[in-house]
Amino acid sequence: MLRWIAIIALAVGVAGTAAWGYKEHQEKNAILIQAENTYQRAFHELTYNIDLMHDKIGTAIAMNSRERLSPEMAEIWRLTSESLANVGQLPLTLLPFNKTEEFLSNIGEFTYRTAIRDLDKEPLSDKELDTLKNLYSQAGDIKDELRQVQHTAMENNLRWMDVQLALATEDEQADNTIIDGFKTVEKKIEGYAEGNVDSAISGTSSENHKYENIQGEKISEEQALQYSKDLFNIKEERDLSITETGDGADIPLYSISFSEENKRAYLDVTQQGGYPLTLLVDRPVGEQKISLNEGFEIAKQYIEKHDFKDMEMFNSSQYENVGIYSFIYNQDGVRVFADAIEVKVALDNGDIIGLTANNYYLNHHERDIPEPELSSEDARDFVNPNVEIQEDFLAVITNDLGEEVLVYEFLGLLGDDTYRIFINAMDGHEEKVEKLNGKEINYAGI
Amino acid sequence: MTLRKYILLVIICLSAIGLQETYFPKEVDAFTNQVIQRGSTGDDVIELQARLQYIGYYNGKIDGVFGWGTYWALRNFQKDYSLDIDGLAGLKTRQKLVDVSKFDGKWVHEQIAKGNDFTYYGGTDLAKQTKPKAKAGGGSTPPKQQSTQNTGNQKKSTNNTANTGNTERKTTAVNVPQGFSQNDINLMANAVYGEARGEPYEGQVAVASVILNRVESSTFPNTVAGVIFEPRAFTAVADGQIWLTPNDKAREAVLDAINGWDPTGEALYYFNPDTATSSWIWGRPQIKRIGKHIFCK
Repeated sequence: MLRWIAIIALAVGVAGTAAWGYKEHQEKNAILIQAENTYQRAFHELTYNIDLMHDKIGTAIAMNSRERLSPEMAEIWRLTSESLANVGQLPLTLLPFNKTEEFLSNIGEFTYRTAIRDLDKEPLSDKELDTLKNLYSQAGDIKDELRQVQHTAMENNLRWMDVQLALATEDEQADNTIIDGFKTVEKKIEGYAEGNVDSAISGTSSENHKYENIQGEKISEEQALQYSKDLFNIKEERDLSITETGDGADIPLYSISFSEENKRAYLDVTQQGGYPLTLLVDRPVGEQKISLNEGFEIAKQYIEKHDFKDMEMFNSSQYENVGIYSFIYNQDGVRVFADAIEVKVALDNGDIIGLTANNYYLNHHERDIPEPELSSEDARDFVNPNVEIQEDFLAVITNDLGEEVLVYEFLGLLGDDTYRIFINAMDGHEEKVEKLNGKEINYAGI
Repeated sequence: MTLRKYILLVIICLSAIGLQETYFPKEVDAFTNQVIQRGSTGDDVIELQARLQYIGYYNGKIDGVFGWGTYWALRNFQKDYSLDIDGLAGLKTRQKLVDVSKFDGKWVHEQIAKGNDFTYYGGTDLAKQTKPKAKAGGGSTPPKQQSTQNTGNQKKSTNNTANTGNTERKTTAVNVPQGFSQNDINLMANAVYGEARGEPYEGQVAVASVILNRVESSTFPNTVAGVIFEPRAFTAVADGQIWLTPNDKAREAVLDAINGWDPTGEALYYFNPDTATSSWIWGRPQIKRIGKHIFCK
């Protein structure tokens, strides 16, 4: 009797385990399939998009009236951005596929610029047409290559999950058609990279003044350490650690840090001239004792003390008990947005707990600012008449094409929303419109 | 005898001071003496917004965050009352405002605490200006997050004469960096916590910066979510550590990175040299090492 009970109990147990295992297995499969499907969708969409893009570039070249190009260019631009999104969803991160992504974004940038340009006034130049033809043939090659991969993948029923596994294990022997196919695509594009350098697709103007204003002698580690003590506001001897940047850095830096109980400080200072780029102090900030406005005065004195001249406050925000202030450079009454620094003040005792001046040093130089051709009143006519303008300034901004332009900056209200509108001070072109928010319903509160 | 008299005098003086201290009860609902500027948060801002609304300058929500709407309302008020138009609520402006408007602090704070939809225009019956907030979307937010989000504001303010707007009460809005939502910040904080919770503070800011640099870069997806969920981009996403609840430090680090701090020098990649097996990642130009991570282009 007892034996039978035991046998039945065991049998039920085994059956139960089997059923449970089968269910788990099915669930796992379902999830795997779902993931696989996402990859498949991204991959097939990518192939399709590139194919379509190739066609569209061809049509654009063939178009007789250059003025009709804008919508076509916008279409190509849309396709490049979709393709990029799809590339991003594929598990290729460890595979060097960035050249292809760069290529796509180059096409995107080129077509975007052409699309937003007034082609009536400024039709495509012969050089640009050549660029377009170049892109056409290159896109054709990529398309063929990708279609090839797609074909093999489908014929052999290849799985992206396997690609992921192969990449994760970095198995050298693995002969994976998909990986190899993508590598071929990447190789092809690598070959084009140099060919495109002279074309109309080139870097933006902000590249030109990289750290122009950083001058002076190279400072030694001792000097950097000494300087950091001043910025960290420590008097006694401390165990400071210092490191230098590697080859990849845009500008050689010393990084200095120290930690003690409850406090950690970090500083980046340029080796040449010893300018502070980043200061970060991490410590618990207690109850607020000083106001945001008093914090502003502290921040202002601080940047003046550290030789940032003619800076004006651009924004201030309180996050819990910390005040964050941004300052921009003001050259003879013109606000220069690129030359910005940010300062963080602890509102418990007024300590400076952060500074970042990277943008300032990257962009800052004395600019040749021309006289505006339009008056502020003239420029107002280019603003949407429904916007109630509240404040206006002259400013230098970097526009969508990466050029620095002189603009009128209008701050105005449309309904309850505040907008910042930039009108070119020379020709009245609406360079940029931004909706300013900066605050949000406290989802966590109430 | 004279000594006793002296002592007595001193005692009387001391108790007089003590009496004075206790005689005037602290007025909870009046402006403190801070200059209120754009970006401020707290009770003073609530009073400022309510008073401006009372006389018809401010039409937005009374939420305790001095944003653009409040700024323009204040400037227009200053213009009409021929004060200096600086958008700062200094002593003169506050006095003028108190003279020409009323503020029922108890009522306003009650509405805020109850989460009601309310306005505070003068000349209209207050009871008609409030209604309970319609429940939106089921309100499935777990209350747990609340405590992490706002610990700073919740800290008990002892009942002394701290001359600021810091209180136990919460504001119904918060400052966020231009172009970012609290949700974006939280998602990034999740990623930073999952990837770098054992790192020094600057190492956490650095990881957040890499995410932002990738959003900016043309070779990566253009959204925070796109970058974070890019397959195989972050190990914390792959192994599920991203769904650990982040601490305040991770969130602060994200905020710093969004506000412009980038200790990496515009890095796009980072890796842990002890565990990285990909030969490709070692070939990238290295910028610097922070904590356990090497950051590269």
